Amino acid sequence: MRYLDEFRVPAAARELIREIREAGAAGTFMEVCGTHTMAISKAGLRPLLAPEIDLISGPGCPVCVTSDADIDRAVAVAKIPDVVLATFGDMMKVPGTEGSLATESARGADVKVVYSPLEALDLARSEPDRRVVFLGVGFETTAPTVAATVLQARRENLSNFFVLSFHKIVPPALRALVALDDFRVDGFILPGHVSTIIGSDAYSFLPDEFKMPCVVTGFEVTDILQAILRLSRMKETGPALEVEYSRAVRPEGNPKALRVMDEVFETCDAEWRGLFVIPGSGLSLRDEYRDMDAGAWDVQLPVPGERKACRCGDILCGRIKPMDCPLFGTRCNPDSPVGPCMVSSEGTCASYFLYSEYAEGEG
Amino acid sequence: MADGFVTIAHGGGGTRMQDLLRDMIFPALGGSLTAAEDAACLDIPAGRVAMTTDSFVVKPLFFSGGDIGKLAVCGTVNDLAMVGAKPLYLTLGFILEEGLSFDVLEKVLASIATTAASAGVRVVAGDTKVVERGKADGLYVNTAGLGVIPDGIEVTIAGAAPGDALIINGHIGDHGIAVLKDRGAFAFEAALDSDCAPLNGLVADMLDAGTVHSLRDPTRGGLAAALKEMSDASGLEFEVDESTIPVREEVSAICEVLGLDPLYVANEGKLLAAVPAPHEKRVLEAMRANPLGSESRVIGHAVEGRRGRVSLTGSLGSSRLLRMPSGEQLPRIC
Amino acid sequence: MCLAIPAQIVEIEEFDVATIDIGGARKKISLMLVDDAGVGDFVLVHAGFAIDKIDEHEAEETMKLLRQLAELDEIP
Repeated sequence: MRYLDEFRVPAAARELIREIREAGAAGTFMEVCGTHTMAISKAGLRPLLAPEIDLISGPGCPVCVTSDADIDRAVAVAKIPDVVLATFGDMMKVPGTEGSLATESARGADVKVVYSPLEALDLARSEPDRRVVFLGVGFETTAPTVAATVLQARRENLSNFFVLSFHKIVPPALRALVALDDFRVDGFILPGHVSTIIGSDAYSFLPDEFKMPCVVTGFEVTDILQAILRLSRMKETGPALEVEYSRAVRPEGNPKALRVMDEVFETCDAEWRGLFVIPGSGLSLRDEYRDMDAGAWDVQLPVPGERKACRCGDILCGRIKPMDCPLFGTRCNPDSPVGPCMVSSEGTCASYFLYSEYAEGEG
Repeated sequence: MADGFVTIAHGGGGTRMQDLLRDMIFPALGGSLTAAEDAACLDIPAGRVAMTTDSFVVKPLFFSGGDIGKLAVCGTVNDLAMVGAKPLYLTLGFILEEGLSFDVLEKVLASIATTAASAGVRVVAGDTKVVERGKADGLYVNTAGLGVIPDGIEVTIAGAAPGDALIINGHIGDHGIAVLKDRGAFAFEAALDSDCAPLNGLVADMLDAGTVHSLRDPTRGGLAAALKEMSDASGLEFEVDESTIPVREEVSAICEVLGLDPLYVANEGKLLAAVPAPHEKRVLEAMRANPLGSESRVIGHAVEGRRGRVSLTGSLGSSRLLRMPSGEQLPRIC
Repeated sequence: MCLAIPAQIVEIEEFDVATIDIGGARKKISLMLVDDAGVGDFVLVHAGFAIDKIDEHEAEETMKLLRQLAELDEIP
């Protein structure tokens, strides 16, 4: 596969690891993109770079940071008789107060997994008697695709296509993390494809205001290792923003995608599961598109349960390790996850679980 | 036949059903089925008897490289082959949806006949039920299969021994991705066929060439499930070199786009074998000489260690633990 | 959220629809989010859309660096 295979060079990766070790590189670096977490896990990078380099997973999976209340709303909408809820596959197993989309689908709710919001649009065209609601989840990589779909629906005057938006954006979350008193991270491995859309300039506040080193990084092992090498060099040269993923990221991003996103969405406050409400970190449909906003519908929601014991917030901020959470491995496990760190199959807690005593025997 | 499609009357046990059997099912499947006894009376050669049952609900009914009929025969034959049995007889239970066209039914029957002949098995008994429109997705098939394990052959799920080579007979992920493509979901195209095939001939060649301790067909849950199950049953740890696992470029590409892992994608013409080291070369040669095993290769070894633990070593020499799939793999964006 | 794959445009139809090829598999995607993408260009595909064109010059530079690193790995 062109422009993938050429970056999968084990010999180069081995050499980068050698350079990282020889340089005595050390530090705690946080990746804020679920896809980076997956790539790091698959390549077995953490044990290779430990103990001098500690890689921790930040709140980077937009699916996993969707709150209980938001899942409950999605479930309530799916239950409406003439509604088909179209969703990305990632969302199916995320638990809400009473169940996930997967369990509700088994109970009779009409839920359809799609790869693209355009498939939901196709569905709306072919089933004029149903209301098709697309569950919009994802950061700035995905939001423009949903916005473009909304614009297309508008052009065609489709009256049965709606969006339920739980989209979130990255820079306010980074700002909220970095501003925490006890945030002890030496640098950020910044998301690659979010940056394709928003541009690397969007992160200049990190070194400028917070003296935080950061590297916009691609998703191959060689990309991630190069980023780690660059981040560790910044200890000498000073905090800076660098772009390792230059083949896919420009300083200004993708202006057309940004315009499309801005046409349809405006920012709002959003609750990040396991964290807190981050002001201006969510995207909601603008007034002009209110008629397509399923978030405005009146639906019956269950009383949200309290998740006092869940320590995901602390884990996502790098304060504690999974084993320090009282729910880890007992009440919270991959089959019945409580918080985002366990919901994602590559989340911090899910990864630790796989390697821990709890997994023995069942594996 | 008067109508062009299945009606509820065809399942009723009366003349309509007799017409269906006589005009369509018996001619296609032939042999002892024309006797129309309540049960098949069979001669079984000496040896231990192996029996299996399976149900097939695939959508769409016809896909590149196969159909529900071929799948039903291969799936059943392969289950028997995985315990070292020579497959002999199959039963077929059809649950037909009212409104299923005779054209579709004829094609499925023809496919069953062809596949059974090429696998050297006979369909000896069957049953037909018809359900209302809206149920059965057109057609569901249930089978039972019977075979005989020759004396001296012992192939079990728990059979792997420390040091055994783990061998796969070819590319993984073809079936699951081909069916996904033909379902029209996610709108992609590729020149990709299901690998659906009867493996009893390949297994016979392997058993002639040397000792095989354990066999598993990586169907639902993919190669990952087969590795985990074999590791768990044998009480051994498996070490697998990820870079040796063969995956076609198209399968790899589609999995990349949809966020799927080929290790968890279903196969219908593949087997995972545990072969003791002294026999590895001979068995591998025999496999590669068979058209269904030309891409066979060793992907890892069984070792003493923690039961059920399967570690995948990547290109950097570091390894990660393989987890058991839980339910259906869904495309993702994250 | 970040799963996007490089693919080559092999055909362009009206209404911003294009066919991409990746590893021999083909899929229709939307070009609504990019300007000036033509047949032969490589784009990043996410959720059925091209989200940007690959900068082939930058890609070459990175590939060159990786080749150099790989050579150093040969040296014991």
